[in-house]
Amino acid sequence: MTAKATSSPDDLNVILATDCGSTTTKAILIQKVDGHYRQTHRGEAPTTVEEPAADVTVGVQNAATEVGELSGRKLVDENGNIIRPVDGQTGCDAYISTSSAGGGLQMMVAGVVRNMSAASAKRAALGAGAIVMETIASNDKRKPHEQIQRIRELRPDMVLLAGGTDGGTVKHVVQLAELIAPARPQPRFGGAYKLPVIYAGNPDAADAVRQTFAGENIELAVIPNVRPVLEQENLGPARDRIHDLFLEHVMAHAPGYPRLIEWADAPIMPTPGAVGNILQTIAERQNINAVGVDIGGATTDVFSVFGTEFNRTVSANLGMSYSISNVCAEAGMKNVLRWVHIDMDERELRNRVKNKMIRPTTIPQTREALIFEQAVAREALRLAYIQHKEFATTLQGVQQQRTVGDTFSQSTGGATLVDNMVLDLIVGSGGVLSHAPRMEQTVAMMIDAFEPEGITCLAKDSIFMMPHLGVLASVHPQAALEVFEKDCLVYLGTCVAPRGRGKRGKPCFQYQIKGNGIHETGELKVGEMRLLPLPINHTAEIVIDPERGFDFGDGPGKPVKGTVRGGTVGIVLDARGRPLVIEGEESDRREQMTNWVAELNVYE
Amino acid sequence: MAHAYTPGLRVSHCVKHRTRRMLPISGEVVVSVGDRVNAQDVVARTFLPGPVIPFNLSNKLGVAATDVPRCLLKIQGDTIRKDELIARSPGIFGMFQKEAYSPDDGTVETISQITGQVILRGAPEPIEVLAYLAGEVVEVLPEQGVDIEADIAMAQGILGIGGEAFGTIRLACQSPEIPLTPDLIHEDMRGQIVVGGARMTGEAIKRAIKVGTAAVISGGMDDQDLKDILGQDLGVAITGSERIGTSLVITEGFGDIAMAARTFELFQLLEGREAAANGATQIRAGVLRPEILIPLNPDEVTPNEEPSSEHGLLVPGARVRMIRDPYFGLLGKVDSLPHELTVLDSGSKARVLTVILDDSRHLTVPRANVELIEE
Repeated sequence: MTAKATSSPDDLNVILATDCGSTTTKAILIQKVDGHYRQTHRGEAPTTVEEPAADVTVGVQNAATEVGELSGRKLVDENGNIIRPVDGQTGCDAYISTSSAGGGLQMMVAGVVRNMSAASAKRAALGAGAIVMETIASNDKRKPHEQIQRIRELRPDMVLLAGGTDGGTVKHVVQLAELIAPARPQPRFGGAYKLPVIYAGNPDAADAVRQTFAGENIELAVIPNVRPVLEQENLGPARDRIHDLFLEHVMAHAPGYPRLIEWADAPIMPTPGAVGNILQTIAERQNINAVGVDIGGATTDVFSVFGTEFNRTVSANLGMSYSISNVCAEAGMKNVLRWVHIDMDERELRNRVKNKMIRPTTIPQTREALIFEQAVAREALRLAYIQHKEFATTLQGVQQQRTVGDTFSQSTGGATLVDNMVLDLIVGSGGVLSHAPRMEQTVAMMIDAFEPEGITCLAKDSIFMMPHLGVLASVHPQAALEVFEKDCLVYLGTCVAPRGRGKRGKPCFQYQIKGNGIHETGELKVGEMRLLPLPINHTAEIVIDPERGFDFGDGPGKPVKGTVRGGTVGIVLDARGRPLVIEGEESDRREQMTNWVAELNVYE
Repeated sequence: MAHAYTPGLRVSHCVKHRTRRMLPISGEVVVSVGDRVNAQDVVARTFLPGPVIPFNLSNKLGVAATDVPRCLLKIQGDTIRKDELIARSPGIFGMFQKEAYSPDDGTVETISQITGQVILRGAPEPIEVLAYLAGEVVEVLPEQGVDIEADIAMAQGILGIGGEAFGTIRLACQSPEIPLTPDLIHEDMRGQIVVGGARMTGEAIKRAIKVGTAAVISGGMDDQDLKDILGQDLGVAITGSERIGTSLVITEGFGDIAMAARTFELFQLLEGREAAANGATQIRAGVLRPEILIPLNPDEVTPNEEPSSEHGLLVPGARVRMIRDPYFGLLGKVDSLPHELTVLDSGSKARVLTVILDDSRHLTVPRANVELIEE
């Protein structure tokens, strides 16, 4: 009864999926209902990688048992194994899982040129779901002994070394290997662990790299170059190899994981890798540009798909509990407090922030505490998005072919791929966004932090199901898509906002919205916001006529037409301008914030 | 029965405590099972591979990397002193020769014919691991480290700064509600573990550093004072490597908050005793709290305070401290644990408990915002 599922994807009727997070293991049950896949039940239990249990499968059993109790379907047998295949009201057809427990996958990457091969290596590692602890490059302005010292201090799970195009430099790549080999980076899992090093650089240097690492306690894997030519990246082989090594080495050393790997019907993926997977699948299928964000206690992950380009960044130390103090330090308390419309004492707040840091599981009890935490969240998201925009760029080092038509164009390699004007969908997840008491608060945080331009749909991941669906997409893409659309996303509404700035109180744009149940026309002045209800699953056509200097995508002052999607909040018309700057003295700022909060009905 | 699990900080008058002391890499364990050790005795030592000093001879001599071996006056494995001649280029007919000198003392570890780079390995760095806990060696992990066990009194703090420190316990405040101010820190507290009451002020910390205390322990501190002392904002609660001149431990949190009575009474009882303190804190997976360990004499050992079956369980009657505003620091007893979710003032729904405060007031607070205390 506990044998692995062997049926074809179309025969899968009941799927159990878990995500083993650092603190909580979340299980969901996906079942075929009337021919469609739906997420039907969920359960969770504390993750058990640490003492006293020190076995991740205990948390999985507990979470699965809870799902079983809620669904009336027995999923775990007397020996603690997941029951497969389905037999009446017992068992599931497939079990899949992701994991970020024990700190996830921690990597160090190295490349010859920081903005070229090192950047490609970093993209490959991040895309695979790793936390990049350090990027070493020949031109990172550190002296070799400083780089070696840094490598010695790190305890990565694996190293990705790139450098040189095919047939390009050998010397610089070998020089990097010569820095890494004597530094002898110590893996996290102790002396018996052979540190995996993936070489994904110029193949001509592979033998010399092999020779350099010979005799060290290192397991070298040579794979195709991540940057075979300057104009092109080839990240797939590196990502696949990272996933393989994650399973073979990192996970195999974590408590209970060999059993978990044995249980799973598909390779266990690092949680962020799976989230990236589902976002890419959705963007591709729906032909949209999308940004996903997961704001956690310690870190914030940002994912984006623009065109065919997928990027992921992890902002370590931007989070809402363990890292809340760092958010305030990086953003500055003044920037945090600009989002607050009530009186607060800064000294008191500083101590509260630290108390949250040292007791990260506490929750805001008062309205004031909630307002402050949501202000911090705006800054954490804003900073994480800035970091993402700086990282998600076109390839640098590519020779630009210019024509006469480009005479006045200043575009160069390394320009950000993130363009809020062409962004179609923002998906938010993580406690502060997903569990905000009012969805208006989630919308307000997302608009203030991301500053969407043009017409942008906003949604949240209802119960942080994207990791499960990411790994499901590798087994049964159709099931993953159905559940994503029907149960995972909660559509909040649409933000309509122009790029450009103007004098407060002057006309900004006129609008006309027609659709089922809505017929609105009006004008917004610069600095105003307006909320128009449009229920979930409803759409409407909008015609916008902006004033000169304001652009909705077709150029300044040019009218645009589009479709807006309804949601639990509705349509937010935002005439505050972009970039969003809150002007004026303290009392003026407070008044503006109070007006926006009232208009969007953010706090009751 | 309604209950929930809420871990608290450990404060114990007598407990058998075991600590593992490990070398960062393999080395020599210098004690045996059964040995009695003092806190500052060395129990294991090793040598960390010396620093790596890379330098490019190809560039220095102006020769191709493949020609570097021909220019070398030293071979792999040779030891070399700083400024010693290491290589000489052949020049042209013996003229225009260039010479390269060693940038440091070390051993020639590798010579690369591809890059022309020579790696020098500096002298190994000795590493010694101290016992930290005065007690008996109960297990030796060959070449790795030891386990030491002792009957001790101990208190955990909530956050610390700085690493391990040793000294005698010395009370600066006579009650846990008294803030630790500079006038309470005296010259003769040098090398001692100074115990305050409520918030330690920034001036008091500066005074303690000047006097040279081993560690300072108190109920709370102000974030601004911490920032001033560290010279930067503490972004995440991972500490232990700071070198500010003394170790610091706060037992309750940030702001004006008194040390828990039970913790203060423990220090009061054991004033004058040798102790070991460690400020190292890690509030992440694998949580590490700062601690103060005070070895007990054999005649002081009472039956160990084993955690009761209800240890860590939030049950009616359990003593709790509020750990979040607006009630931060208040103490009380759990009255009831309603099962259903309750809407908070923030608008969120959460599982709550009701508390009867020491001043008889009744409060409703989220379960996530209380911490169990043993008193």
